[in-house]
Amino acid sequence: MKAVKQKHIEEIQNIVKEGRVLIDKSDRFSYSFDGSFGTFLPDAVIQTKSVEELAALVKLANREQIPVYPRGQSTSLSGGPLPVKGGLVFDLSVMNDVLEIYEEDLVAVVSPGVLTSAVHQAAEQRGLMYPPDPSSSHVSTIGGNLAENSGGPRGLKYGVTKDYVIGLEVITPEGEIIKTGGKTVKNVTGYDLTKLIVGSEGTLGIITKAILRLIPKPVASATVMAVFNSLVDAGSAISKILSAGILPSKMELMDQSSITAVENYEPLGLPTEAEAIILIELDGHPLALEDEVKKINELCHSVGAEEIRIPKNKAEEAEIWRARKLVSPAIVRIKPTKISEDATVPRSKIPQMCQRLQEIRDKYNIHLVVFGHAGDGNLHPNIICDKNDKEEMRRVEQAVAEIFTTAVELGGTLSGEHGIGLMKAPFMEMELGTAGLEMMKRIKKVWDPNNIMNPGKIFPEPGQKLELS
Amino acid sequence: MKQTLEQLKEELQYEKTNACVQCGYCLPVCPTYMTMGKETHSPRGRINLIKMVGEGKITDLSVLEEPMNMCLGCRACETACPTGVQYGSLLEAARAAIVKRKTFSVPVRLLRNAMFKKVFPSRQAMTLTGNAVWLYEKSGVRKAAHKSGMTNKLPYHLGAFEAVMPQAVSPKERKKTPDRIKAKGEKKYTVAFFTGCIMDAMFQRINRLSIELLAEAGCDVVVIQKQTCCGALHAHSGEMEEAKRLAKQNIAAFEEENVDFVVNNAGGCGAMLYEYGHLLASDQEWAARASAFSEKSKDISEVLISCGGLPNLRSKRKERVTYQRSCHMTNVQKVTKQPVELLKSISGVQLIEMERADMCCGSAGIYNIVNYDASMEILDEKMKDTKATGASVVVTTNPGCLLQMKLGIERENLSQSVRALHLIEYLAETAGIS
Repeated sequence: MKAVKQKHIEEIQNIVKEGRVLIDKSDRFSYSFDGSFGTFLPDAVIQTKSVEELAALVKLANREQIPVYPRGQSTSLSGGPLPVKGGLVFDLSVMNDVLEIYEEDLVAVVSPGVLTSAVHQAAEQRGLMYPPDPSSSHVSTIGGNLAENSGGPRGLKYGVTKDYVIGLEVITPEGEIIKTGGKTVKNVTGYDLTKLIVGSEGTLGIITKAILRLIPKPVASATVMAVFNSLVDAGSAISKILSAGILPSKMELMDQSSITAVENYEPLGLPTEAEAIILIELDGHPLALEDEVKKINELCHSVGAEEIRIPKNKAEEAEIWRARKLVSPAIVRIKPTKISEDATVPRSKIPQMCQRLQEIRDKYNIHLVVFGHAGDGNLHPNIICDKNDKEEMRRVEQAVAEIFTTAVELGGTLSGEHGIGLMKAPFMEMELGTAGLEMMKRIKKVWDPNNIMNPGKIFPEPGQKLELS
Repeated sequence: MKQTLEQLKEELQYEKTNACVQCGYCLPVCPTYMTMGKETHSPRGRINLIKMVGEGKITDLSVLEEPMNMCLGCRACETACPTGVQYGSLLEAARAAIVKRKTFSVPVRLLRNAMFKKVFPSRQAMTLTGNAVWLYEKSGVRKAAHKSGMTNKLPYHLGAFEAVMPQAVSPKERKKTPDRIKAKGEKKYTVAFFTGCIMDAMFQRINRLSIELLAEAGCDVVVIQKQTCCGALHAHSGEMEEAKRLAKQNIAAFEEENVDFVVNNAGGCGAMLYEYGHLLASDQEWAARASAFSEKSKDISEVLISCGGLPNLRSKRKERVTYQRSCHMTNVQKVTKQPVELLKSISGVQLIEMERADMCCGSAGIYNIVNYDASMEILDEKMKDTKATGASVVVTTNPGCLLQMKLGIERENLSQSVRALHLIEYLAETAGIS
C-alpha cells in the first residue's frame, strides 16, 4: 500500500471533470467515520457521477497501489466504508439520478446513490413493491444496501437484498467496467457474479448500476401484538405460528429491558411486567388476513400468551409499530455507547439463543437488551455501555465474542445483515473454517490482485482482535 | 492562549457529542447537506468535527470555521434525531469558541460591536433605524437610488433585500402605538407583548396588528418599555455573553408586570425566549427566574388558540394559501398545529401544504445577508415546492422568513400573482382589521 502524493492528487484532479475532489482537512475528517466505531482519515474524497471517471481513478489507484473505499451515506454498523488505510473515498451517494421502473418486466434500474426509500416509493406508485426494508432506508443508499446485502424486518417472508438483484454494472479493482446478470429472472449463463458481488462489502468492486426485481404490492396488512410472561414461551409461539403454515411479513421480538426502555422514553401503554412481546404483521388478501389473525390468536393462547392485542384502526396499528421503532433511541438514553450485534440463528433455536444471551448478560454483568427480527432468527442483542469506561469495555469485548461463538455453535452466523466489516473480521475463521476462509481469500486475490479495493475489511490481519476500548 | 484539552472540551460541550451515534438520520432533513452535497455541511459531519477537536485530532479550530458558519441553525436535525443530540447548544458553543480565538479585521470588529452591542439591544437605535427607513422611502431618495441603479451596487447584496422591504411606518404613527390596551369583550388573559428589535423597527405594523388581534381574542395587552432585543442573533453568532446580558434585562423587565403570558410574533425570537431557561441554567441567581420566564413565553398563535381562536375570519375571495413554517418555531418551540388551525378557521381559504414543508427557506437570521449565495440555493429549492402548491398567499411566522419569501417571489417573477404575508397580517386582513 502506497501513500497518496501531491502528483497523485494532481492526476486525480485531471481525471475528475464532472465532479469534485475534496482535500481540505474539514472535508477529509467528514468522511472518516460511519455508524460504527473509529475515525480513519482519507487522503481525498471523490464525488462524481461519471462511471468512466471512476473507472479511470480505479486504474490509477491500481497502478499506484492506492486504497479505494466505496461509500454510500455511511450508515454502516460494521465499518464497511471506513478508509482504514487512508487513500481515496468514493462518495457514491452523488450518483442518485437513475431510478427507472419497468412495469412489464417487473424490474427497476437504479444508480447506486438512490435512497432505498426512493426505490420503495417509486415501486409503490405503480402498485409494486421492493421488499428489503432496513430501518435506515430513508437515509441509506441502494448501493450501500447491495454492498452489505442488507436485510430488515421483512426478511422472514420476502428474503433480503440479494434475493431482489438480478443484474449489476461493476467497476472491477483493475478498473474495467463489467456487466453481470440482466433483466431476466432466469439466467444461468456462467457463474452468478451478481450474487458474488452483492454482500461483498465493497471488497470486489464498485457497483455503479443495479437491476432490481419487483413484486406486486400486497393489497392489505394486519397487525397483532402478543404478550408473554416468559421469553421461552414467546419463542415457542414463533415456531408454532410458522409451522401452522402462516408466513407473516414481519415478526419482531422485544424483551423486557427493551419494553421498559421504550416506556420510560415515551409512555405508550406497553406491558412493562411482561418478559417479552411479539409484534406480528401479516400481508395479503383481506379475507385471508382475517382468518390468519384468528389462528394466531388461538396459537398464542395455546402456548401461554398473557394477552393478545389487535389494533382496531390504522392509528392504533401505527402506535404498536412505533414502540418497535423507538427501541434503538430509547436504549441509548441508558448509557451513551451502543454495540448493536446481529448474530443470527436458525428460527428453531431462538428460545435457546435467548436463554444463552441472558446467561452471557449475567456472566459479564453487562446491560444487554434483546430485540429484533425473531421470525427469521435475526436477533439484535444490543449492549449498552460507556466507551469511556475501559474496564466495562473489556467485559463487553468478551461478551461480544461469546455471543458470536454461541450463534455459530447453534448453527447460526456472525452477521445476519450488518456485515463483517472491521469488528467481526477476527471471527471469520471460527464460522468458515480455515479452508472456507482460504477460498474466499483466493477469490479476493483473483479479483483484486493489488488489494486496493476496501482493504482491511472482512479478512482479519494477522493477530487482529476485537477491540472496543 | 494556553489551554488544556480538558478546558477546550468543556468549552465545546464535548460531552454532548457522545449522544450522536452517527446514524445519519439528520442527513435527509438538512438543507445545507442537500444544497452543498457533502458531509462537512451536515449535522453529523459538524458534530464529528467538534468531537475531533475535543479528542485532540484537530488542533486548529479554524478548520471548523466554514462548516459552522454555513450552518443555518434551523435545527431540523434535532427534530429528526432519534437520540436527542442537543445540536443547537453544540453549534453555539463551537461558534463562540471560534469567535473567541478569531481576530476580526478592524472594520468588521467595529461593525460587530456596533450592531450587537449598540443597535439591536437599543430600542432608541432601532426606532431610529425604522424612522430612517421611513425617511428613505418618503423623501424620494429610494426613487433616486433605484433610478441611478445605486441599489444594485450595495454590498452584501443588500440591494436585493431593499426591493422587498416592508412599507415603513412614520414616526408619528409609531408613537401612536399604545402601551396598554384592554380586551374586547370578556377578558381571558393578561399578556405582555414582546416587540422584538427587528420586528419593532421594520415591521411595526405587524406588531400593532398583533396587539389588536390579541385584544380582539380577549387579552389585556401591555407593552413593557424596558424590554430589549431577545439576543438570538448574538447567540447564533457566538456572542454568548451579550446574549445572556440581554436575557437578564428582559427577564427583569417582564417580571415587573404580573401577566399570564409573554407573547411574541417572531419564530426566531420566540425560540430564544423559550431557551432562556437553558441559556442561564448554570447561573444560580438567574436559573429559576429564566425558566419561569421561558414557561410564560408563547407564540401569538398559541395564545390566540388558547383564547378560542378568532371569530368570523373571512377571505374576500377564494384563495389558495400555503404556510412556510419558521424552523425555530417548529424545531425549538415545537409550535406546529396552532398556525395551521388558525389558517383553517378562515372561511374561503384553502390551505395547501407544500412538499418538504418543514425545510428552512434559507433566511436563518442574518444568514441570507452574510452567506447570500448559499442562502439563495436553498431559497430556490423552497420556491420549487412553493410554486407547486399554486398558492397565491405564502404565510410565514417570522420576519426573516417573511423577507426571504418575498425575495423568493421577486426572484421567480411572481410578484403580480403571489403575496408573502406574516400570519398576523393575513389574520388581520381576513378579520377586517387594517
